[in-house]
Amino acid sequence: MARRLRLDRRAFLLGTAAGGGLLLGLHLPLETRAEATPGAGPRPGHKTPFAPNAWIRIEPDGDIAFIVARSEMGQGVMTALPMLLAEELDLGLDQIRVRFAPVAPAYANRLLGRQATGGSTSVRDAWTKLRAAGALTRRLLVQAAAARWGVEADACSVHRGEVIHPGGDRRLGYGELAGAAARMPPPVSVSLKAPEAWTLIGTPAPRLDAPDKVTGRARFGIDVRLTDMVVASIERCPVPGGKVQSFDAAAAEAIPGVKRVLAVAAGVAVVAADTHAALAGRRALRVQWDLGPHAETSSAGIRAQFERRFADSGVSVRREGDPDAAWSAAARTLEAVYEVPFQAHACMEPMNCTADVRADGCDIYVPTQAQSRCQHTAMAITGLSAQQVRVHTTFLGGGFGRRGEQDFVRDAVSLSKALGRPVQVIWTREDDIRHDFYRPAGLHRLRGGLDLDGMPVLWKHHIVCPSILARVRPAAVADGIDRTAVEGAVNLPYSIANIALACSLEHTPVPVGFWRAVGSSQNTWVTECFLDELAAAGGQDPLALRRGLLADAPRHLGVLNLAAERAGWDTPSGAGRHRGIAVAASYGSYVAQVAEVSVSAGQVRVHRVVCAVDCGLVVNPDIVIAQMESCIAFGLTATLKSAITVSQGRVQQGNFDDFPLLRMSDMPEISVHILPSNAAPGGVGEPGLPPIAPAVCNAVLAATGTPVRSLPIRLEAAPPQRPAPQADRS
Amino acid sequence: MIDLTVNQARRELDLPGDTPLLWALRDRLGLTGTKFGCGIGSCGACIVHLDGDPVNACMTSLSAAAGKSVTTIEGLNDDIALALRSAWISEQVPQCGYCQPGQIMAAAALLARHPRPTDAQITAAMDRVLCRCGTYNRVRRAIHRAASPTLEAT
Ligand code: FES
Ligand code: FES
Repeated sequence: MARRLRLDRRAFLLGTAAGGGLLLGLHLPLETRAEATPGAGPRPGHKTPFAPNAWIRIEPDGDIAFIVARSEMGQGVMTALPMLLAEELDLGLDQIRVRFAPVAPAYANRLLGRQATGGSTSVRDAWTKLRAAGALTRRLLVQAAAARWGVEADACSVHRGEVIHPGGDRRLGYGELAGAAARMPPPVSVSLKAPEAWTLIGTPAPRLDAPDKVTGRARFGIDVRLTDMVVASIERCPVPGGKVQSFDAAAAEAIPGVKRVLAVAAGVAVVAADTHAALAGRRALRVQWDLGPHAETSSAGIRAQFERRFADSGVSVRREGDPDAAWSAAARTLEAVYEVPFQAHACMEPMNCTADVRADGCDIYVPTQAQSRCQHTAMAITGLSAQQVRVHTTFLGGGFGRRGEQDFVRDAVSLSKALGRPVQVIWTREDDIRHDFYRPAGLHRLRGGLDLDGMPVLWKHHIVCPSILARVRPAAVADGIDRTAVEGAVNLPYSIANIALACSLEHTPVPVGFWRAVGSSQNTWVTECFLDELAAAGGQDPLALRRGLLADAPRHLGVLNLAAERAGWDTPSGAGRHRGIAVAASYGSYVAQVAEVSVSAGQVRVHRVVCAVDCGLVVNPDIVIAQMESCIAFGLTATLKSAITVSQGRVQQGNFDDFPLLRMSDMPEISVHILPSNAAPGGVGEPGLPPIAPAVCNAVLAATGTPVRSLPIRLEAAPPQRPAPQADRS
Repeated sequence: MIDLTVNQARRELDLPGDTPLLWALRDRLGLTGTKFGCGIGSCGACIVHLDGDPVNACMTSLSAAAGKSVTTIEGLNDDIALALRSAWISEQVPQCGYCQPGQIMAAAALLARHPRPTDAQITAAMDRVLCRCGTYNRVRRAIHRAASPTLEAT
């Protein structure tokens, strides 16, 4: 059934008068400097386009541009979002160009409350909005054609960018209709295509960014080149909260190409004609730091700090049954402490930003996930108005939450303002690893109780970790609960009679931020691993136990069964191979994974991962598969390879030699199975991540009989520093 | 003054000999397809061909490239490159794309040496190129696809 949708005039129709309203942001009269970022600025020499809304521009010459207001960081929005528009417009993806949006209210992400990309929200936010925008545009074009032919609009059809006369013999291209369509009275409602009529949604349409990404033409932030641009690199205090005491710039200034060395809010900036000179200048720079109050911070100290919070009961987040009575009454109890370290994002493209601040305006060229915030950052620094600050979003060489931050934007805008010329700020890999907003470290105490049949009757979980929202949205943690700190734990899907989840937010000097799948990325590891501990203690098969406890969670069960079946859970694994399973819901999607590992000489090798996903209606199945693969690889780095540790206030890692990422030789074979679903679309950029760490660790438990309770997995090294975490009172 | 050939064109660069080739390419010659990822030879984002060999441009000084022929992703246009690009599209390899020039440069050098590489040869050649987006399995499939018999026939 086609779905009729009433249109909100404010959201959809302001741009109907061609060139006005919502598209103003694309037509600011300010001149930009000569630059080569595709998609920035209007196309010269063209008549005003038909712009019925903020996402579609049809030029009289037939050129059709779709405006993508989300950041392309690998997750495929540059393809998936145009598919929604193109579906309703009956256009092929080969018939359109894509441009990234400026900052404008129309582009706000309703799930995030501002123009930003994160939380696996892009398709969920756009799903109805963009299809309605496409449908409205189609309607206006059809009306224009019908009026020209003197026929009923409803009798016309559309195909690949043309309106077709009821007789089938005459056609008008969208470009030819652009002028007339712009003058058509807007309809009060439009019909969306029925799912049976979709020709694009649900197909593995090739990614629109792929051709430029295989030729080196794709422009990332680091590739922006402006006339008169200088390059700056900033030496930052190795300890968070420290300040510059003094610096000796003589040696740096002696390096050919170095133009200025100056103190900035973030530290000391070396400004040079090119990157090499800026980096050489930094190596020659001598800075005396006032390290501030946190010069003694260490990972061991933070762990002890967390551990002290177990003494109080924390803030109750979820409570069912009578957990205290159940603890005393259980036939068997189990206690375990799980520990996660800080994690860096390590986007392949190091942080960078290029800003051009002038008296009358500011242009920011930036790989950002947070356009609104960038604009506000620049307004605060320059005193310019929103109209005067333009944000040009480039391709992002990875985001994962890191590129929603503003530190690199502040660097570039303040330096450009100080120097009165365009500045590109480049972070080194060491800057990137040592000055991240890390995934929070945390300590988790789990207590479980089993009945005489080995079935769980009690689940107690106490989370101690720093709060991300306390920094980015303090009002959101008023009640002592940060929802990002408990997600993945608070939504424990299992039917257990007595459940208590508590959390204690514990501040540390180490900055924390959103990391792919945020709280679910670690809480799911804890809960899914502890469930396997309970299964082992109760003599149950991990899959059978989950099935038994998920009777009321059909979508969890669906992916769990699909993954188990495809992995051959009930058949013997190969010699020396062991399987682990985990399931989780996050960002509106459900994912189960089975990992097959071997353990030899203390080394864990993941051979194969079978992944089942239910993400509701699928826009592009191949992008879903790619995102599952991506999440698995990203999660495996944190499971097997790397951690951020702190000593004397400093992050001890700095580059890929001591913060190693998963390489091809570590990569398992992956098969992804999509469970067909008619539910509303869920996210796909993150939900594939939470199950991988527990699936692998549960396989290690199966292999060794010993649970993995800290990450990354270090089979020999782990036990000594942990004070008898397992108090098995059976 | 340092003389070298970049993508078939002779270039004279007035830069200190210890300038990493990476920055000479990106900042002086405007060839930004070659990426900066680590600066210590550990990620492969900066791989270019130096007289046909894959090298990390961040670890190659301009003087080491003097008199030699450098090929970057922008200049990689032989039959192997065409086969790789089309295989890369068929397999939908790129995600964020940042590592992809390095992946393709490493893959092209591999195929020049081993037209039909085994899985082990692919891993050995490609392990130097990091991909935070985890495209490794597709990279492997694309290399096998590019190395299919039709390539050898051309
Ligand atoms: S930038 Fe050269 S190997 Fe990483
Ligand atoms: S595609 Fe993003 S780093 Fe490889």
